[in-house]
Amino acid sequence: MGKISAKTGNEAMAEAMRQINPDVVAAYPITPATEIVQIFAGFKSDGLVDTEFIATESEHSALSACIGSAASGARTMTATASQGLVLMQEMLYIASGLRLPIVIAEVNRALSSPINIHCDHSDTMGARDSGWIQIYSENAQEAYDNLIQAVRIAESALLPVMVTIDGFIISHGMERIEIIPDEEVKGFIGEYRPRYTLLDEERSITMGAIDFTDYFFEHKRQQIEAMKEAKEKIIEVSKEFNSRFKRDYGLFECYRLEDARYALVVLGSTGGTVKVVVDELREDGVKAGLLKVRVFRPFPWQEIKDTLAYIPFIAVMDRSDGLSSLGGPVFQEIRSALYDIDSRPKVINYIYGLGGRDTKLHHIKQVFQDLQGIDRTGRIDGLINYLGVRE
Amino acid sequence: MKELVEIRWHGRGGQGAKTAALLFADAALGEGKYVQAFPEYGPERMGAPVQSFNRLSDRPITLHCGVEEPSVVVVLDETLLEIVDVVRGLVEDGILLVNTSEIPQAIRRKVRLEGRKVFTVDASTISRETIGQDIPNTPMLGALIKVTGFINLERMLDDTRRRLEKKFKSKPELIDGNINAIKRAYQEVKGE
Amino acid sequence: MSLKTKGWRELPIGGLILEGGTSEMYKTGGWRSLKPIWSEEKCTHCLTCWIYCPDSAILLSDEKVQGINYDYCKGCGICAKECPTKVKAIEMVEER
Repeated sequence: MGKISAKTGNEAMAEAMRQINPDVVAAYPITPATEIVQIFAGFKSDGLVDTEFIATESEHSALSACIGSAASGARTMTATASQGLVLMQEMLYIASGLRLPIVIAEVNRALSSPINIHCDHSDTMGARDSGWIQIYSENAQEAYDNLIQAVRIAESALLPVMVTIDGFIISHGMERIEIIPDEEVKGFIGEYRPRYTLLDEERSITMGAIDFTDYFFEHKRQQIEAMKEAKEKIIEVSKEFNSRFKRDYGLFECYRLEDARYALVVLGSTGGTVKVVVDELREDGVKAGLLKVRVFRPFPWQEIKDTLAYIPFIAVMDRSDGLSSLGGPVFQEIRSALYDIDSRPKVINYIYGLGGRDTKLHHIKQVFQDLQGIDRTGRIDGLINYLGVRE
Repeated sequence: MKELVEIRWHGRGGQGAKTAALLFADAALGEGKYVQAFPEYGPERMGAPVQSFNRLSDRPITLHCGVEEPSVVVVLDETLLEIVDVVRGLVEDGILLVNTSEIPQAIRRKVRLEGRKVFTVDASTISRETIGQDIPNTPMLGALIKVTGFINLERMLDDTRRRLEKKFKSKPELIDGNINAIKRAYQEVKGE
Repeated sequence: MSLKTKGWRELPIGGLILEGGTSEMYKTGGWRSLKPIWSEEKCTHCLTCWIYCPDSAILLSDEKVQGINYDYCKGCGICAKECPTKVKAIEMVEER
């Protein structure tokens, strides 16, 4: 049993970083992720970490420095949010293409315009095709546990990982969490032995060489395979984490789903609010359940399909809209995963919480009521719905 | 204690509504409770009305929405009573605790509140006399634990001392001032 | 030059090249349309060409120019341009 303390999501992530004690952290501050780096810089100045800390002049530079650092074989981390992640976008693809196991602590925040500092998932959803593993956290405890696991996942899959928390709701909300003793974190993540490094004089290598039409496709095909294989690696790391620290994580969490007739699919902090509604509905005899996606990249479509196949009415909640006119990205992928089932479930989409709009209990209840309505009438009135927006 | 207690703090930017919620959560944690403390973030200006929140329970708390129906409302600045609907959503058996030199009955009339319980404490005067400046958040903590009984006073004092020792390394006199402020407010809070 | 192109399962990850000095295997002499001709008689061995050549294609021995390595010379002409006007030991001619 570790130490129980009250921490904000940002404090929890910074604490995990202190325990991980990465070789290099290069970062640039941005609301609401600033505190992570600020607290970590405090650890550095207090001599609590051995990390080389690089304060860069932009997020683009921060991730560029991380890429250089990781290429030279250093365990490397950074933190960012929102516009910061967008400014990193060019380098995100380079990090993953070079197969560098960088870890980002990412705080979900809406993207301008209009300018807004509050939570939605537009920032990381915009990076969903960048070849980074994405792990979403419901609360400060999950953020802390996920960040520690991310180091192992990144280094075994040789893919970069971003671990996300919901801006302000989790980043600035203080909750009870259990902190694992320093030595046990150290033992769990182990020593990093990079497979390739630019600084190995005995085995010189080239990174970042050009591919023409002859090899580019093959290298991308490898990366696709690495992302597929990452799923098993994430499961392995989660199992070992559970055996050591008694907290069980999978690709997604099923909450009262076994015999559910109505299910919500959601990512992040709203998962916790949905659990309260599910419990209430179950007391009233309504067979409600929740599937909370933890790992969105790689997308565990096969497992999700197997789990949701027997649930006739499903609402997928998206905290971002793809602005494609076909709803949010989670909806599109879940619905696509279910396509090959002969008697496939009815799946509808709810866009919610954009720009930090509070998603209250009655909103979640409304979604379950809508699903029950479809059950009664057999008719879907709205495929894509907007939860909590003023008409 | 009820299954889930929700507290809403009203203050003005700079008065320490957020810090009070954090201190209270930390102390409740020491009592073995599950806790949440979170501020409402808007444009952050000194003097603007701000809110922060606590949730306390004996079981894990998974709610991550705003607090709509608080069991307790704490008002750090009585001038807010005229510009903010501080009793909005306050539950039937809820508590309103206000920093004021007035008596509870006067506050009840001012906010036109029926039922529920009203308490007052002159936290600003206590703060000036113990800490040397008007920072009402710590004395309000003392009053809060008296009227709710959620947390043990001695534990609260220990936790506050520990937290403040980190924050005020160079100003030890502030730590004793804050501790005395909590004790006095605990004793001086008035009910109806 | 013919290398068998490999399938994706056979390649090192991340587009990495796992040995040093592999540029030597990539003979760029075939890119030339103009060819530098070096005159041993005119050359003063000032080594300006050697400093400027972007492909390290000026052959040297005992700090004396020996000629040009046509396996790698791309025919950019920098050597001829930089060779001092009073010397003009390198002349660019049509590649055939």
